[in-house]
Amino acid sequence: MSTLPDSLLVEIENVDFAYGKRAILKGISLTVPRGKVVAIMGGSGCGKTTLLRLIGGQLIASKGTVRVNDQDVASLDREGMYQMRRKMGMLFQFGALFTDMNVFDNIAFQLREHTDLPEDMIRDLVLMKLNAVGLRGTAKLFPSELSGGMARRVALARAAVLDPTLIMYDEPFAGLDPISLAVVGQTIRKLNDALGATSIVVTHDVVESLQIVDYLYFISDGKIVGQGTPDEIRASTEPYVKQFVHAEMDGPVPFHYPAKDYAVDLNLSTSTSLKKSVS
Amino acid sequence: MERKTMDFWVGLFILMGFAALLMLALRVSIGSDHVENTYSVEARFENIGGLKAKAPVKSAGVLIGRVTNIHFDNEKFQAVATLTLDKRYIFPKDSSASILTSGLLGEVYIGLDAGGDDKKLVAGDKIKLTQSAVVLERLIGQLMFGKAAEGADKK
Amino acid sequence: MITQNLGKAIRNLGARGIETIWRGGAMARFFWLVLTQSGMSFRRIGLSIREIYFSGVMSLVIIMVSGLFIGMVLGLQGFETLQKYGAEETMGVLVALSLVRELGPVVTALLFASRAGSAITAEIGLMKATEQLKAMDMMAVDPIARVVAPRFWAGVVSMPLLAALFSSMGIFGGYIVGTVLVGIDSGVFWSNMQAAVDFRYDVMSGIVKSIVFGIAISVIATFEGFDAEPTAEGVSRATTRTVVTSALTVLALDLMLTGFMLRSL
Repeated sequence: MSTLPDSLLVEIENVDFAYGKRAILKGISLTVPRGKVVAIMGGSGCGKTTLLRLIGGQLIASKGTVRVNDQDVASLDREGMYQMRRKMGMLFQFGALFTDMNVFDNIAFQLREHTDLPEDMIRDLVLMKLNAVGLRGTAKLFPSELSGGMARRVALARAAVLDPTLIMYDEPFAGLDPISLAVVGQTIRKLNDALGATSIVVTHDVVESLQIVDYLYFISDGKIVGQGTPDEIRASTEPYVKQFVHAEMDGPVPFHYPAKDYAVDLNLSTSTSLKKSVS
Repeated sequence: MERKTMDFWVGLFILMGFAALLMLALRVSIGSDHVENTYSVEARFENIGGLKAKAPVKSAGVLIGRVTNIHFDNEKFQAVATLTLDKRYIFPKDSSASILTSGLLGEVYIGLDAGGDDKKLVAGDKIKLTQSAVVLERLIGQLMFGKAAEGADKK
Repeated sequence: MITQNLGKAIRNLGARGIETIWRGGAMARFFWLVLTQSGMSFRRIGLSIREIYFSGVMSLVIIMVSGLFIGMVLGLQGFETLQKYGAEETMGVLVALSLVRELGPVVTALLFASRAGSAITAEIGLMKATEQLKAMDMMAVDPIARVVAPRFWAGVVSMPLLAALFSSMGIFGGYIVGTVLVGIDSGVFWSNMQAAVDFRYDVMSGIVKSIVFGIAISVIATFEGFDAEPTAEGVSRATTRTVVTSALTVLALDLMLTGFMLRSL
């Protein structure tokens, strides 16, 4: 396992989180060093998105601490929270572009809300960001006129418009065709290096993430079950990581949802004892 | 939508709205009754018939004020109506008030007829000469029994 | 069995009651939040103008046409009845008083709730369902100040203006029926109306009503949108709830305000 550099941007220690009685995270600890692209992986519904919400302060952990830039997120008041978020960019699952504005205004949104820049300067900044994701030509289009991959790239440009120190991506690859997927992946990497930012990518796309990230965490059932650099992950023998990386059908994550014995269910057997099927 | 067109339509909308309010204020109702420029006098009636508060007070058919209050005097067993009149109109002290109806079933109002006194009617005065409302049922009863010439108080 | 069912019915009633009270409280807190976050709606008036366009200007046609028709119907119906008593020249009074006091504010509010209120709920609900509100919050922009408050104030400003337009169009409709179709002298029509309609008691009470209705509908519509379940069915249910809740609230408020205003005469 490689050692991570000391300068950490995000530190999560022993964090528990539950929606009502449903525990989502159970004592998670992880760190994100500055300047790196870190992936958080795991099956659907394992609490990856919740983790991003905790870092952004939209949710507060029931136990443990979340620290961003040496600040305890839970201790911030509204003003402090908004101060912190100005240095963050976040790409939502399906882009979450404002549907009532065109692409240009979507990207200019934060510039107009948070700065008093003159309109021609805003125009230059927006076009620069759009150019970086290769979509300068779409400035006048509305989000409904964009393809899924284009919308994702616009959202990416929007997340990066204030040159944030931390960019978070929630499932940036979901529902994209292979070409768009590669484009978005490369853009994430390039953007991170060009801005000198730190990125956290939450995804379940192993192949793409192994190509672009510096470090990976695997989450299952609210706990970290594996971590390492892409090379370490490829070589890992950890059962969960192995199943995930090689997309094996069965493993620690069973194919079958717990149920009665198959034969009993089909009335083929007289046995009435309830057994969990272990296939 | 272009910002300028939107501003234009919203401006137009607000203008139209205020024009409508103005119309309701000036064309549909004639302003409010001018509270400061009125004076009130009292008139007593044996029977006010269908007279209600806010009923008009007219003289020679012109609106000069309104009935602002009606109550019952339990000592004299009479109805007391407070008439609030416009300050612009000054009447002699011996003016008479009668309860009238416009048309057979129209609204009930008070008609004020000027007298010949030199003294003016001022706020708080009582109008002495009053004529009560004509109650239709009694009128019909009297006609039926051929006693139209007799006093209206007989049953 | 019967006691079981009874118990279940009582439990359901209790759950409904708690839910209703909870929603009422949540709405009140939301209302307070909107009021305290309203600064931006006035500092950047362009935001509010945009929303007045969408809720006010876009409702103009339906409000004015409905007003005209209702005024004409009132005129015809009123004439039919008044004629029997030979009082058809007071038709203007009937039309004006019913519109200015009651129908203007109430029918406008009902139309406004279904036209603009439901649109506001659907829009905010959709923004919530597609994570636009969360995204905005992550960009350090408060969605209540940026999205909700301008829509709220636009509703509060639009309602009285729309109600006044509705009443005016209605009176105009009554005027057309009265003078053109029925043949009442137009001078008589107006003068009877002017003599019977009082600005302070009748017109002002209508305006006050429409402002109160505007506040109620705007709060309900924005709250339902903001509170909607972030799914397609959730948004559609919230939209329905906006229309139903607004209609009931407007009618209940109308009863209370009318009682209050008649008493203060």
